[in-house]
Amino acid sequence: MVTGEDKMKIAVLSGKGGTGKTFISVNLTFVAGNSNYIDCDVEEPNGHLYFKPKILKKEKIYEKIPQVDKERCNGCRKCVEFCKFNALAYIKDNVFVFEDICHSCGGCSLICPEKAILEKDKEIGEVQEGVFKDSKIYTGILNTGEETGVSIIKKLLTNANNKSYTFIDCPPGSSCSVMESIKDADYCILVAEPTLFGVHNFNMVYNLVKLFDKPFGAVLNKCLDGENPAEEFCNEKKIKILCKIPFEHELGKVNSNAEIASVKNEKYHNLFSSLLKTIQEEAGK
Amino acid sequence: MPIIIYNSLLAYVINMEEIMKIAIPVDDGNVCVSFGRTPYFMLYDTDNNESRFINNSAANSQGGAGIKAAQIIVDNNADVLITPRCGQNAAEVLIAANVKIYKALNNSIEENLTEFKNDKLSILTEIHAGFHGDRGR
Amino acid sequence: MKQLLILSGKGGTGKTTVAGAFIKLSNVKAYADCDIDAPNLHLIMEQESKPEHSDYYGLDKAVIDNDKCVECNLCYESCRFDAINKDDGYTVEIYDCEGCGVCEAICPSSAISMVPYKAGDMTLYREPKVFSTAELKMGSGNSGLLVTEVKKNMKLTSDADFAIIDGSPGIGCPVIASISGVNMVLIVAEPSLSGISDMKRIIETANKFNTKLAVCVNKYDTNIENNEKIKQFCQNNKIDFVGQIPFDKKAVEAVNNGLTIVDIDCAAGKAVREVYKETIKILSN
Repeated sequence: MVTGEDKMKIAVLSGKGGTGKTFISVNLTFVAGNSNYIDCDVEEPNGHLYFKPKILKKEKIYEKIPQVDKERCNGCRKCVEFCKFNALAYIKDNVFVFEDICHSCGGCSLICPEKAILEKDKEIGEVQEGVFKDSKIYTGILNTGEETGVSIIKKLLTNANNKSYTFIDCPPGSSCSVMESIKDADYCILVAEPTLFGVHNFNMVYNLVKLFDKPFGAVLNKCLDGENPAEEFCNEKKIKILCKIPFEHELGKVNSNAEIASVKNEKYHNLFSSLLKTIQEEAGK
Repeated sequence: MPIIIYNSLLAYVINMEEIMKIAIPVDDGNVCVSFGRTPYFMLYDTDNNESRFINNSAANSQGGAGIKAAQIIVDNNADVLITPRCGQNAAEVLIAANVKIYKALNNSIEENLTEFKNDKLSILTEIHAGFHGDRGR
Repeated sequence: MKQLLILSGKGGTGKTTVAGAFIKLSNVKAYADCDIDAPNLHLIMEQESKPEHSDYYGLDKAVIDNDKCVECNLCYESCRFDAINKDDGYTVEIYDCEGCGVCEAICPSSAISMVPYKAGDMTLYREPKVFSTAELKMGSGNSGLLVTEVKKNMKLTSDADFAIIDGSPGIGCPVIASISGVNMVLIVAEPSLSGISDMKRIIETANKFNTKLAVCVNKYDTNIENNEKIKQFCQNNKIDFVGQIPFDKKAVEAVNNGLTIVDIDCAAGKAVREVYKETIKILSN
């Protein structure tokens, strides 16, 4: 297992948006210092709103899209029949390619008996590398209307520098984007809200990290007085609760203005430093 | 104003001279709300006033149902499509194949055909964004 | 059947809480939960009848018959999704497989076939009200079709003239599928920068459909300034603003007891009644 000395990749996931995973991953990055922050929620990246990083470089990301050579095409329509995604149509002796639907599997190109289908690059988004104090901020952005951000997430994770800590801010849900984001994680933080809804969603990511055999712990966010179904769930399943963050109006306000709470208030700085220490201990086991 | 009306009357006269295949998405004896995922298409021939029904194999597609359904319409040589709605991608296929898309008035097949023959139907202009076959979410 | 769809753009704004309240207030005879990634509505809508379950199949996925496999490696080389694993003979990583069929097409020994893969579960309650819901299995994509199936199930089973649909967060495929065919969309926004950004994007998406549109803000008092920004935005863009709901700890209590906010006496419940009245006015016009 990893110790504080080694490099540790920590993924923060939540099942649903709004539970506080960006809030937590951003603040952990800040208190750890000299770390990587990777925003894998490429459809709706928010981390950069908090850091306002100085951008060092940008790189476009491409997917391969079929391009039909009309001269070679003999109208056999094998490509149209093969495509499981219905991204091709044959109209008036021309093969039409629907780039939005295409999954870039390369099948049509392979199957064409006349070798009439080549592939061209289509831009689907970009990755940005920036700095905030001594940390590196990696943001992935998927262009609107594009299918999937999986290839962008892959690039983000490859690009990230070797630093002691890498905090991976995952997309919500348990889709293939989330799976891609946690593939290389050494430890996973599951964020839960104290509601029945929160528990239901928490259960999804709990199943996901078990499936991937990742060590994990829970952070209970926005805790109120009274019953906490998420806490009950963790106790029942014997999930380690790393930290309980109380609901506070001030915190909500700071966060809704995209400010880093650990910067604004020592109380939160202490909370997150403490959380980081707990994670180090847990991950070291 | 009168000139326009006259022109459209002229167009009406010309239209009726042409023999046309009209396609309508149907479900349970009515016009179906969805184009891409309608279970059947009715193909009506103005030449002999006969109609036949074809299965829409696109109905259960994961994604690109509109495209596949449009391909079926094109392959069956329809000249006109009467539908309540149509997605962007399907519209692209149909327009490229010179199929005219009209907006269905209501869910009665009979009434839509009658109104079409009386040139009372208007061209469908609201084309909605497609339901892209999605992998991420 | 007139349909009202409740969306949020950002997750965690309180969409399902509002949907539940609306369902109770309207005594609607048919409703559906189209948030198939993480359905929550059933947690606050108590059901009297037994549900009917059915399987939802997505795209077929690949499976390798190791008896026929000659280990030529062609499938591994051609799979664009890193879904072929050769650690212990050749196998398909089911969560990475996109169902494109390239491996099946390229295999020289017909060792690969595409088989049905259950991607989700659909549930239907009939008495006394029709409630249609579904849950997508993790790692699945292609959720638009399942949303369409959920709505179809509701429409086929009920002859009610009014239905309420709880939608999903985001702006992607499942959201677009849920908007299709509805008469009105109510957006539940939250007064944070990310919430505002997501709200604008869902408005842009909904506008393409020519449905009636309205916005309400939940937890408005967590950031009064941002709340005003939202109201101003609605005014500038001629979008109906139908009201605001305060943050209310009692709302959490209600949810955790499987109740809607109009089942108990609380500030949020009072406010949502006003939002409901205003929404119905617009829908009925």
